[in-house]
Amino acid sequence: MLSSEILDAVSTSFSVFFQGKNFIRLLMGLWVTISIAAVSVVLSIFFGTIFGMIMTIKNRVVRILSKIYLEFMRIMPQLVLLFLAYYGLTRSLGISLSGETASILVFTLWGTAEMGDLVRGALQSVPRHQYESGMAIGLTNRQIFCHIVLPQTLRLLVPMSMNLVTRMIKTTSLVVFVGVIEVVKIGQQIIEGNRLKVPTCSIAVYAVIFFMYFFVCWVFSLLANILEKRQKE
Amino acid sequence: MALLEVQHLRKSFDEHEVLKDISFSVEKGEVIVIVGPSGCGKSTLLRCINGLESIQGGTILLDDEVISNRTKDMHLIRQKVGMVFQSYDLFPHMNVLNNILLGPLKAQKRNRAKVEKEALEWLERVGLPDKAHSYPRQLSGGQKQRVAIVRALCMHPEVMLFDEVTAALDPEMVREVLDVLMNLAEDGKTMLIVTHHMEFARAVADKVIFLDSGLIVEETTPAQFFNHPASERGRKFLQNFTFEIRKK
Repeated sequence: MLSSEILDAVSTSFSVFFQGKNFIRLLMGLWVTISIAAVSVVLSIFFGTIFGMIMTIKNRVVRILSKIYLEFMRIMPQLVLLFLAYYGLTRSLGISLSGETASILVFTLWGTAEMGDLVRGALQSVPRHQYESGMAIGLTNRQIFCHIVLPQTLRLLVPMSMNLVTRMIKTTSLVVFVGVIEVVKIGQQIIEGNRLKVPTCSIAVYAVIFFMYFFVCWVFSLLANILEKRQKE
Repeated sequence: MALLEVQHLRKSFDEHEVLKDISFSVEKGEVIVIVGPSGCGKSTLLRCINGLESIQGGTILLDDEVISNRTKDMHLIRQKVGMVFQSYDLFPHMNVLNNILLGPLKAQKRNRAKVEKEALEWLERVGLPDKAHSYPRQLSGGQKQRVAIVRALCMHPEVMLFDEVTAALDPEMVREVLDVLMNLAEDGKTMLIVTHHMEFARAVADKVIFLDSGLIVEETTPAQFFNHPASERGRKFLQNFTFEIRKK
């Protein structure tokens, strides 16, 4: 008796997706999420590579400053950073950023730090002998970097950065707090809009959002696994 | 006129003086083996000649040109001084052929077809004709080291430095690498070899340099050094390689 009632409730809750454009709207929300993540990832890879190279410079001041930046970005909750960028900048400096811009700014700053640390690790994992072998065949430092160090670094880096990409995609769920209409926000709107017609729909909406996040991140996890395996061969 | 000349070379790491006033010369086509206890500065000496270490005194001349402590064009000098290391550092992301071609193509900008032909001939000569498209991880230590030697040879260096090239190898692979060196010596290549294989040193060398605590203790023919070492330190060192028979 009870179980069939629950089943009924669940199946009616899913009916929200067949009303109007609810499902399409949710997909469009997912698109917002993914595009914020994608722009941030691309920028993070670019700036992170530069930051990682800076971190390998043997200079105390440079090293301390970059360490402070890295730790600050790691320790601060992304939500606090988002509030700082969205509300803080407006209040203190009068710079008013849109929610999207603030999000991309914060995720790029964070991603640059994390990516930089990965790049640093990968660069330093190339043994000194590799540099010396390059020198011994008369290559210039630049040629050693381009033909020997960089290719080996990238091979290590690609699977490791996949992990960062999935973390970024998941963390974008926070941007709802700075007024960005992304997948979670649209989900909430759908729930609100159907409160009277389908009062139980929240479970269905969140379940669908769950699977959306899952599939997007899963693709990257799979990719990381494939790449890692290929590397070991 | 000597091809390579080392004059009053001094090298120290911080306070510790590793090489104290080293002088010797290498004629074209000569094979010099450097022996000595570990930590005596053999490897450092080779690294100084190839400019991998800066030196604190003296000069190194190649073809009457000063090659020591140059900063700007050291990469050009290194093209004339080939070096093979103990740890056979092939580039893991490239196959054997590309490992060999990298230097000639990028550093020397030579013609690809010609270098490739030469590389394949060398691979054939060192017994690896079918490995051109293998990756380093698919090769044994001895095979990797032979590729590393070919990689250095294809740069057409005027002198080759071998820094304990068999030290990291399993015993059964030592021979195949030493045979390659022997072969090169017969070809008239100018070589400076650091090794712990005394039998090999005796067989391959035109001249033996015995180095101890940063000084050249003996510089003589292999026959002289191995049969009648002139110095007490030389005798002591050679005793490390012989065993008294226990049961009479």
